[in-house]
This record gives sequence, C-alpha cells and structure tokens, in this order.
Amino acid sequence: MLALRSVRAGYGSFQALFDVSLDVRAGEAVAVIGPNGAGKTTLMRVISGLIRPTAGSIAMEGTDLLATPGHRIVALGIAHVPESRRLFPRMTVEDNLKMGGFLPAARPKYRQRLDFVFELFPRLRERRRQLAGTMSGGEQQMCAIGRALMSDPKLLLLDEPSAGLAPVVVEQVFELVKRIRAGGINVLIVEQNVQQVLRVVDRAYLLKAGSIRAAGTAAVLLATETLREAYLGV
Amino acid sequence: MKRTLAVCAGAGLVALPFVYHQPYPLHILIVILIWSFAYTSWSMMGRFGLVSLGHGGFMGIGAYVTALAWNHGGVSPWIGIPVALVAGGVLAVLVAYPCFRFRITGHYFALVTLALSGIVLQVITATRDHTGGSLGYTPTRYQGGSSLYALQFTGKTTWYLIALSVWAAGLYAWHQVDRSMTRYALEAISEDEDGAAAAGVHVTAEKLKITVLSAMMTALAGALYCQYQMFISPDTVSGISISLQMVFAVVVGGIYVSLGPTVGAVITILLAEVLRISFGTRAVGWDNLVYGVLLVLFIVFLPKGILGSLLDLRRRATPAAPPRAQTGAA
Amino acid sequence: MPILDVYLLEALINGVLLGGVLALISLGLNLVFGVIDVVWICYAELIMFGMYGMYFLYSVFHWPILAAAALCIAGVGALGVLLHVIVIAPLLGAAPINQLLATGGVLFFLQSAATVMFGIEFRNLGLRLPVLKAAGMFISYSRLLAFGAALTGMVAVYLFLRRSYTGAAIRAIAQDRQIMTLMGVDSRRIYVVTSALGGALAGLASCLLVLLYDVHPFVGLTFGPITFLICVLGGLGNFVGGAVAAFVFAELISLGGLYLDLEWGYVFAFVFFIVMMFVRPEGLMARRS
Repeated sequence: MLALRSVRAGYGSFQALFDVSLDVRAGEAVAVIGPNGAGKTTLMRVISGLIRPTAGSIAMEGTDLLATPGHRIVALGIAHVPESRRLFPRMTVEDNLKMGGFLPAARPKYRQRLDFVFELFPRLRERRRQLAGTMSGGEQQMCAIGRALMSDPKLLLLDEPSAGLAPVVVEQVFELVKRIRAGGINVLIVEQNVQQVLRVVDRAYLLKAGSIRAAGTAAVLLATETLREAYLGV
Repeated sequence: MKRTLAVCAGAGLVALPFVYHQPYPLHILIVILIWSFAYTSWSMMGRFGLVSLGHGGFMGIGAYVTALAWNHGGVSPWIGIPVALVAGGVLAVLVAYPCFRFRITGHYFALVTLALSGIVLQVITATRDHTGGSLGYTPTRYQGGSSLYALQFTGKTTWYLIALSVWAAGLYAWHQVDRSMTRYALEAISEDEDGAAAAGVHVTAEKLKITVLSAMMTALAGALYCQYQMFISPDTVSGISISLQMVFAVVVGGIYVSLGPTVGAVITILLAEVLRISFGTRAVGWDNLVYGVLLVLFIVFLPKGILGSLLDLRRRATPAAPPRAQTGAA
Repeated sequence: MPILDVYLLEALINGVLLGGVLALISLGLNLVFGVIDVVWICYAELIMFGMYGMYFLYSVFHWPILAAAALCIAGVGALGVLLHVIVIAPLLGAAPINQLLATGGVLFFLQSAATVMFGIEFRNLGLRLPVLKAAGMFISYSRLLAFGAALTGMVAVYLFLRRSYTGAAIRAIAQDRQIMTLMGVDSRRIYVVTSALGGALAGLASCLLVLLYDVHPFVGLTFGPITFLICVLGGLGNFVGGAVAAFVFAELISLGGLYLDLEWGYVFAFVFFIVMMFVRPEGLMARRS
C-alpha cells in the first residue's frame, strides 16, 4: 500500500533522513520506533506532504506522492495525526471534526463519519460544543484521532500518540489503535513507548539517527538485543 | 580615497550657486535638499525597523507651528522653529511612549502612526479659521522680503546654502547615530526585544530617543519648507500621502545607507518635475500613480532600494580579503 | 434643557447607525488580517472605488439601485482578489513591513488613478431618501438603511463562517496555518476566497457610505485612519473587539460633531485611542490565549 524507497529529507542544511525505505502492506499495522531525535516526526511529515523529500520516492497504492500537491495527499487516503495533536484551539470539537471531513469526497459521508467517531469516542459526543483548547490531553488526543478518521482514510499516520499522557490514558490510546485496526484501517504509528506499541502492531522498523537499523515482526524485535542497543547504547 | 572624494564633492556643492546662477535648477536643488533632509530624518527610525507612516504629521507641525507663530504671534522663526521642534517632539512622545511601553510594534505601530498623520491633517483642516484649512496658508512677507530676523530670503543662493548645511547636518546626525551605541542597541532591539532587554538595554528609552530625534528633524524640514516656499497646505506638508512618499523615497533609494534617502529624493522629485513638464496640468495625479506602481514593484523586486542593491552587488563582486595566516598550531 | 437632550439623543443614535458601517469595514480588515496576516492599508481606497462605481452606475448610467449595489459588491470583491494575487501573494514570505508598504503603494495608486480618471470634484449619488421625524429628532432614512444593511452583511458573514466548510477553513487557518494541508485545504485558495470576501465587504460598505457622503479621490483619508485605530484598539484579527471599538469610536465622532466641527470628532477619537493605550494596552477586548 505505502512504499518508501531511499527517502532523504531534512530542514535546510540539516539532513534528518538518510535513505529510508519501508512498506506498509494492506491490512497491516506498522510501527516506527527509535530514540529521540531519530527523525520519526520528519518521516511522518514527509509521507503526509508537510515537507518534501530531497531524494527517493514515496508511493501510495501506486500513486507517486512526490508528484501530488500536499493538500491532495489526504484524498489518496492518508490521514496524519500530528505530533502534539495540533487541534484548532478556539474551535469546538465538532468544528475540528468537521475540518477533518473537509475533503469533497468525505462531505457526503459527514453524518456517518461523525457517528463512527462518536461511537469510538463517546466522550467527544458529550463535549461536542466545547472549545478544543480547553480539553485535557487525553481528550485532545481522541479529538485529533477522530478528526483524522473523518476523512475515511485507508492509512492512519499516528505521530507519538502517547506523548504527554498519563499512563491510564496511554493504555486507552493503544486499545483504540487496536480497535481502529480491527475496523479495517491501516496504521503507521511512530512511538517512543516501545513495549506498548509492539503489542498492537504486526511489524516494526527501528529508526536511529535518520536510518533504518532494524526491521521485523513485532515479536522478533521485542526479543532481540538490537533494541536495547539502540536505546541505551549498550 | 573616499575621504578626498567626499571633500571634493562637498566643495563642489558649496561652490555651485556661485558658478551657476540659473534660478530654476537651483530651486529644484533646494527642494531636493530639503526633502532629502526630511527623508533622512525618517530613515533614522526606519532603518531600525521602527517604520512610521506618520512622519507627514511631524512635518506638518513643523511647518504650521512656525507659520502660525509668525503670522499670529509675530514671533520670529528663530524662536518659532525651536517651538515647532518641541511641539513635534512632544507629539512624538505622546504617541510613541504608550506604543513602546506596551510593546506595540510592527503592524500596530505603523497603523497608529498612519492614523496620527491623518489626524494632524484633520486638525489643520478643522482649525481652518486660523490655518486656512485645505486652502493653504501663507506666512506674511516681512518688509522687503529678505531678512535674517524673519528667516525669509529672496535670493536662491542663500536658501541653497541653508538647505545644503541642514542636509549635511542631517547626514552628520545619521553617521553619529550609526557610530554610537544607540545603533547597536536599536539593532539588537529590532532583532529580539526581550533578548536586548535581558542584556540590559533600556528598550523603551532607546526607541523613544531615536523617535524624538527623527520627529524633530522632520519638523525642522517642515519649517524650512514653509520658510522657503512661503506657502503651505495640508496636502503638501502633512497627511498620509506625504508619509507614504517619505517611505517610498527611502525604500527606492536604500534604507540602510546614509545617502539612500537622498538618492530617493533625487529620483522622486526629478520624476515629478519631468511629469509636470511633459503633462502640464494633466499631470495631476499621474506622479503619485507612478509612485504607487513603482513602490509596489520596488518592494517586490528590490526591497533594499537602488543604492542598497547596488552596494550589495559591489560587495558581492569584490572577493573577501584572504584570512590572515595562522600562527602556531591550528 | 429638553432641546439639548434631543440633539444629544439624536447624535447618540446617529453614532450607533454610523457604528454599524464602521463595524462592517473593520470586519473586512480583520478578516483579511486574521487569515492572511496582512493589513490592507488601502482598504479605504477600495471602498472609494466602490463608491465611484455606485455613482457611475446609478447616477450616470441610471441602473436600478439594487443592481448597481450587487455589481459594486462583486466588483470590489474582484478588486480584492486582484490585490491579493498581484501584490500580496508574491510577498507572503517577505517581512511584514514590506507587505504593509506594498499596500501603501496600492493606496497611492488607487488615489491617483481615481484622480486621473474621475477628477477631484466631489460627486454625490443624488439619491434623496426621506428623513424620519421621531420624538423631535431627525433620523435620516439613509442612515437607518446603512445600519440595517451593515448588520445584515455581518450576520451573513457570521453564518458563512460558522456553517460552511470554507468558512470553517477560514477560521481554522487563522489558528494553525501549517496543518491545513493535512485536511486537504489548499491555503492559497482560502487566501483568495478571503480576499474576495474582504473586498466584497468593502463593496457593501461603499454602497452604504455613498448614501451618506460625497465621493472624491481622497475620501478614504477621512475614515481610513479611524478604521485602523478601531482595529488596533479592538485587537487586529479580533472580530468582536473590532465591532465594539467601532461603535465606541462612532459615538465619539458623532458626539464630537455635535458640539464642534466634524473633524474634531476624529481628533477626539484619536485622543481617546491614545488614552486607551495607556489604560488597556492589549486592546479593548484582549484575546485570552
């Protein structure tokens, strides 16, 4: 479904990604793990079109993403939940969700998608008229994920969904990822919380200092030494 | 080399009216010099990012206070002008102090100053019983027309020398500020106000100082203009158009260079004269039309102005001096 | 003294009516600033052109008034789009002061173009609307109409922003520009729509102002500065703050005009502004961050 080949990207003269190649196949949930500063957020941004790679190729179901203008990438079925949520603080929950469904293809399905999101997150239905900026971290995360789901995506990009959340809430988030997965949506999730994320995905890549160091099924990665080396440098 | 060139040029400028007597070109030169001084005054603030769109107001105050003091109060311009300068300074403090104190900068500051020049124009129009309103105002002629006491002269040569000295004084002031700590303080402020304050710079005081200086110099320009032309009206010395004209000239000439505003004045005034001569009365409005278009084009393509861009080109053309050889281990 | 009270009341009411139009103008300015982060200092000149448009369509070519108004609103809306595409868009990455100066250049250009095309004489629409007499006060129907239309315009914009998708995008882009592409929003298109809307509001304002005042190339200089003061005091980009400030300033102008010449009203407003800066520097209604 999603294929990255030898992608290089950076910010000005600072290069963040070096020859990154990865796949997300249909029906899969994939994680990209790695220490701080590895380039995980950059990777997400390159896929969703927020920044452009300097080299390499990215294709979604065969369509070349590099030839697609940034604002059309969501129409290809890729929805990105950015790092630190990035909700519109002075708009209501419902308006935020509405923005998620801005896509012309998603507008006729607005009611259905809204019901789907409210079913997934009953708390949001209670707070639909509340200003998004006044909610707690966990509620905001739910709203952000819900907003991304409004466009009826095929692939959901989650950038560090557990960041800054209380442990109880973090558990709820990962439960959610499982449910979304079960609903037939592919997930590419970037995380620092290794133990928890490897329990909800099929495969994972280890990204360190901009390069893929290891890849494999979640179970294998959990077991090997590679991870410990990467994180602790031991 | 640069020094001798400047001295020669200076001597040439001073000698000019004694060698070349034609009144019309001299008139143009005088006008150019007075406006160059006004534009240089604006750039004293503008170069530090304190873009005021209200300097037309200060010029108007300089002109009208001097003229009113003379006509109504019989006060010689030798006293009237300092009074006008103080008035300009006071107004500058009144408007700028709250802006700086409460961190009103950028867009907000520009808009407030824009409104200021508009309001000064309104005041002049509103007090039409005293100022003649939009019809204009004439300082009364003193005796024969030439008098040091009244600061009125019929000979162009005298005015040329006066304008030249004031213009030179303006450049001197520009360079003095350029060399002083104020310049570094203001540059630091324009980059990062909080950082500068943390480093011990009195932000509000520094900004206020340069604003008052700029305002007073501009008021002086207005007063001189009044004394020279012997006729002022709200549109020719104050208001938004004048304010914008100032900014335009400096942008065209080059905002970070001392002679930039002068270059801008030369260009805009000559352009206006050319248009006036070729179009005659039909030229009304065309000069500002051209200014408007040119301003937009300059902002888009040459934001550093003509002189500024030329200097940039020259700097890029000459290769940097090679670094001194290292002594000792690397 | 009863007579003085009546005049005062009349001035107060006229202030409210004027406030409506000023609020409309400040809404347009705030909309463009909030979304595109640029101040159109030539906004009053756009209105001036709209006023000329109304004059020519109605008084010279004898179009029906509503058709003339509709064309003016659309026309100035188009001017807004032109302004954005030709002047603003190339400067979106430049220093804000350059953007401001560029619109200053457009101000010059529009004033001069009007001078060249139409001459400096004052033109009047020539539409005499009745004057209502109520409780000893004279309220001109034009002012009531202007107020009503302004209010309608503002409500229409409010509904558009609240209900439609594009309206939501306009509100959103002012809050977080960078992630708009993630929702499939083309920022450039939103800027164009906003520019059209800002221009259209100016067009509506021009239809109303031409009922009340004569038009000449420099008419923008009379209400332009006040509009900027209103927006600064209300907080640039703050719609409600701008509306409140508009009514306050309108009252000051109206009352100033009651006791003295009209120009003094503007002076009062400016003095009030300076005083307010000392008292409430964040603006009348500071946005809580």
